Amino acid sequence: MVWTNEVTAMIIEGLWATLYMTLVSTLAGYVFGLPLGVILAITDSNGLRPNAVVYKVLDVISNILRSIPFLILLILLIPFTTLLVGKSYGSTATIIPLVIAAIPFIGRMVESSIKEVDPGVIEAAKSMGATTFQIIWRVLLVEARTSLITGSTITTGTILGYSAMAGCIGGGGLGDIAIRYGYYRYQVQIMIVTVVLLVVLVQLFQTLGMFIANRLDKRK
Amino acid sequence: MPEIVIENVSKTFETKDGQVQALKNVSLEIESGDIYGIIGMSGAGKSTLVRCINYLEVPTEGRVLINDKALGDFSEKELREQRQEIGMIFQNFNLLMQKNVLENVCFPLYIQRKSKAEAKERAMELLEIVGLEGRSKTYPAQLSGGQKQRVAIARALASKPKILLCDEATSALDPQTTSSILELLKTINEKFHITIVIITHQMSVVKEICSHVAILKEGEVVETGTIDEIFENPQTEEAKRLLQGIGGE
Repeated sequence: MVWTNEVTAMIIEGLWATLYMTLVSTLAGYVFGLPLGVILAITDSNGLRPNAVVYKVLDVISNILRSIPFLILLILLIPFTTLLVGKSYGSTATIIPLVIAAIPFIGRMVESSIKEVDPGVIEAAKSMGATTFQIIWRVLLVEARTSLITGSTITTGTILGYSAMAGCIGGGGLGDIAIRYGYYRYQVQIMIVTVVLLVVLVQLFQTLGMFIANRLDKRK
Repeated sequence: MPEIVIENVSKTFETKDGQVQALKNVSLEIESGDIYGIIGMSGAGKSTLVRCINYLEVPTEGRVLINDKALGDFSEKELREQRQEIGMIFQNFNLLMQKNVLENVCFPLYIQRKSKAEAKERAMELLEIVGLEGRSKTYPAQLSGGQKQRVAIARALASKPKILLCDEATSALDPQTTSSILELLKTINEKFHITIVIITHQMSVVKEICSHVAILKEGEVVETGTIDEIFENPQTEEAKRLLQGIGGE
């Protein structure tokens, strides 16, 4: 085949679509996932506000959502996606299942980050008369900062991978191109270029995330 | 009227292997301005007892009164307000590792919704009192144990408490640093008339600073008295045992 300008333009467009899906989904995922993780951490039996019912309900929902393979979730959510976006294909439509998949994943990441916070510091805050909200805002999220950023780096990589998977059902982005040209039309060249771009993106996110996490960590 | 009254306090913990009674019918009276030592071997229930004074641990039975008011009668909000008048320092300092020294000292003031400017001004005063005025921008990880405890003391004093609880505050420090921290506590006690309750397993700490002492053994108070009484005329085996350890520590 000939590598035309159209192919280049298509790949650049795919790159933007992938970035768009990944970043918007991760961000929207955190809007819901961060509070979910905080609630999971503090309602657990040894948390700030133990509440067995709340914990168990959120725990089970998170586990169910996380155990559905993303490809299946993508298909299961088609009616819901159509309802919200008006169609079930393309980058914007793909954001919906991506966010749904991201929320429990982020929730678990945030929960484990917050559970790493030294209980001594939490006790000190309590001894000063801090409210639960103040402890969450001024102690837990502050002390877990490095771990939370590391978690968000891992999350972004995972969402990027999922967005590529959405290519199977016309999700747009680099994954879509890789499947349409590389898999269905045997244009290996295009597939390799898109895969290399995906690898580079994950590398970039990882490096950037770790750099920020280290810069903000004051423990050393 | 004593400032702190602990009245027949018992505390039982539910564990997987059944109940553990950490405190058994403990009664103590601590006068305003005292430096009161509570000493015992590890596992004697000291940490639980000191946490009953600010209700971080709620007694299973009995009452804790601060200035004649029972903490058990307080609403959650009243209890939080009361806690602002009781500072606490810890064996492991428990500072915010991601915040610098100044922000750590400001922390209790932010909790009380003081303005940033007001908090910072007060924090700088306190850092001067504890001898760390030059380290306000330093992070705890860069400080020595003694310096960390000084930050913790400044933080505990920020809200102008009337009582300071010290939970094994010098146990992680070397003898020299221990002395300097105890010296600082003594100064604070005299200068600001703050009642200090010290939990320790080191008799040397009690000897150096306390005016009164209670000896705790297996959750029970076995002996109380002024420092002179206990040192000159110990009544119980436990007191004698703890006194013997003093040379070694």
